[in-house]
Amino acid sequence: MNEYVTIAMPKGRIFEEALELLRKAGFILPPEFDDSRKLILEVEEEKLRFFLAKPMDVVTYVEHGVADIGIAGKDVMLEEERVVYELLDLKISACYLAVAGLPDTKMSDVAPKVASKYPNITSSYFREQGEQVEIIKLNGSIELAPMIGLAERIVDIVSTGQTLKENGLVEYSRIANVTSRLISNPVSFRLKEERISEIVDRLAAVIDRLESGESVF
Amino acid sequence: MTKLFMFEKPLGMRDTLPLLYEAKSAVRKKMTDEIKLWGYQFIETPALEYYETVGEASAILDQQLFKLLDQQGHTLVLRPDMTAPIARVAASRLLNLQIPVRLAYDANVYRAQQREGGRPAEFEQIGIECIGNESVSAETESIALMVSSLKAAGLTEFQVSIGHIGFVQALFLSILGTEERASVLRKFLYDKNYVGYREHVKSLPLSSIDKQRLLDFLGLRGGIDALQKAEALMENAGGAASLSELREIMDQLNDHDAAHLVHIDLTLISHMSYYTGPLFEVYAGNVGSPVGNGGRYSNLLKKFGRDVPATGFAVHVDKLVEALGEPESAAQVSCILFSQERRKEALECAQEKRRNGIRAVVQDINSVQNVDRFTAAYQEVELFIGGKRDE
Repeated sequence: MNEYVTIAMPKGRIFEEALELLRKAGFILPPEFDDSRKLILEVEEEKLRFFLAKPMDVVTYVEHGVADIGIAGKDVMLEEERVVYELLDLKISACYLAVAGLPDTKMSDVAPKVASKYPNITSSYFREQGEQVEIIKLNGSIELAPMIGLAERIVDIVSTGQTLKENGLVEYSRIANVTSRLISNPVSFRLKEERISEIVDRLAAVIDRLESGESVF
Repeated sequence: MTKLFMFEKPLGMRDTLPLLYEAKSAVRKKMTDEIKLWGYQFIETPALEYYETVGEASAILDQQLFKLLDQQGHTLVLRPDMTAPIARVAASRLLNLQIPVRLAYDANVYRAQQREGGRPAEFEQIGIECIGNESVSAETESIALMVSSLKAAGLTEFQVSIGHIGFVQALFLSILGTEERASVLRKFLYDKNYVGYREHVKSLPLSSIDKQRLLDFLGLRGGIDALQKAEALMENAGGAASLSELREIMDQLNDHDAAHLVHIDLTLISHMSYYTGPLFEVYAGNVGSPVGNGGRYSNLLKKFGRDVPATGFAVHVDKLVEALGEPESAAQVSCILFSQERRKEALECAQEKRRNGIRAVVQDINSVQNVDRFTAAYQEVELFIGGKRDE
């Protein structure tokens, strides 16, 4: 099949790790990939077309089918609840979603507030706990919220815990583990079945080898 | 809540403007003509139904229903699909006459959308229901007619995937033992969450052989060979019956010259509990979600007091129009501009055109502010202006 498969890639930290994984799976990706500022890159030999997107938007591109497959964090998938196939846990960019706040503090009894970049995850988590809280959506620097008194708690992703520590915050509970996932548009999953299955199989083989501790090279 | 703008519409409601209307009506005509040629009879049912009857029987989730109250305090719903209303009609009126009954519809259905205002909450579906036909020839006919009506509408590149909920159930029950556990796994498939499915399987207290069987299940997709793989995976007779049904459908589709468009996908689950046998979806290249779907549902008619199986499909007209792309040319309309003294000539000219099937607009030139801008929208312009022509 000569059809291109379009892959939506998240910009930034996950991109590096995803690229490494793709290379380990034997995909020949040009070196200019690493520091390219181009948003769309075609790899003719592999019949792959990559484009770079905000990590939060990858699921949206894939759901609408402008990308056949994509690499998205589980946090984004939980937040956005898009209709996409979750095909493979890539086991990269591992972190977790957690509730954090200043040490030895309680939620306000009068007006409990939680700040987060993930209002849907936050809302469903606190509803599950039977707590009614006001959710304040922020777009970044979430750690600031408890420090300046905007909210008693935050919901955010934690990887090493270093950021929390540096800002004098502690973790109160864990919500979910997060890694990056290979996702597919439901129609592409059928129409480009062979190519997508091949990509999944190649990546799965590498992930298994990495998991079992074997060196890949 | 912000104040509404005067031209705003409720979330998910859309206007169909002329160009889209033309495209939709052309598709509608081609599809419905084809369906009529297969002997299906079109019916209409009311937009409002009782929540307790059609609302509850429908396959659509409760939170997606538009509900309202009538003057007696009954809860009503805007029909969320056409299958349940047709089952109601068929059970009450038509089944006494003949079995199987072949019915078709072309109607708007209503499903409240929670996210992104751009998604339609009201949309047109064209579909069929074949009620009371117990053999798989009903599924074959549904798929063949769907394929044939999509082709009639002008769709060239598309693919149908077919699965069988009976096989999934038999396999899951034989390995897991209880319906409760089987439904957990089914939910992962329904959510398209293969990662969650695999993790869940790995966490189950099963033998490694059974775990592998459940993991291999995800690979049961592709051509007819997927059925062979499924047979190898299967040890229980219930599932074998489902597989032989699929085999027979594929075999029969060959005779309809449609088998090459149909792929096997045993992981396909388009609804948690609605379908009871074979089920299918149809995909077109440039639309991100299925253009249509269908399958056998044998429990629905029971809710209306008649225990007969039924099969059908529904095609989402907007998505089909999207898949077909921009129409090649807009309808030709000629514009006849006249001034009062030559009105009669203008009207005769218009009638002549209309008799020949050409659309014609007749417009008094005195009411047109900018002639160039007005006529720009028409492919042909004729003028009947000023004194009589010299004869």
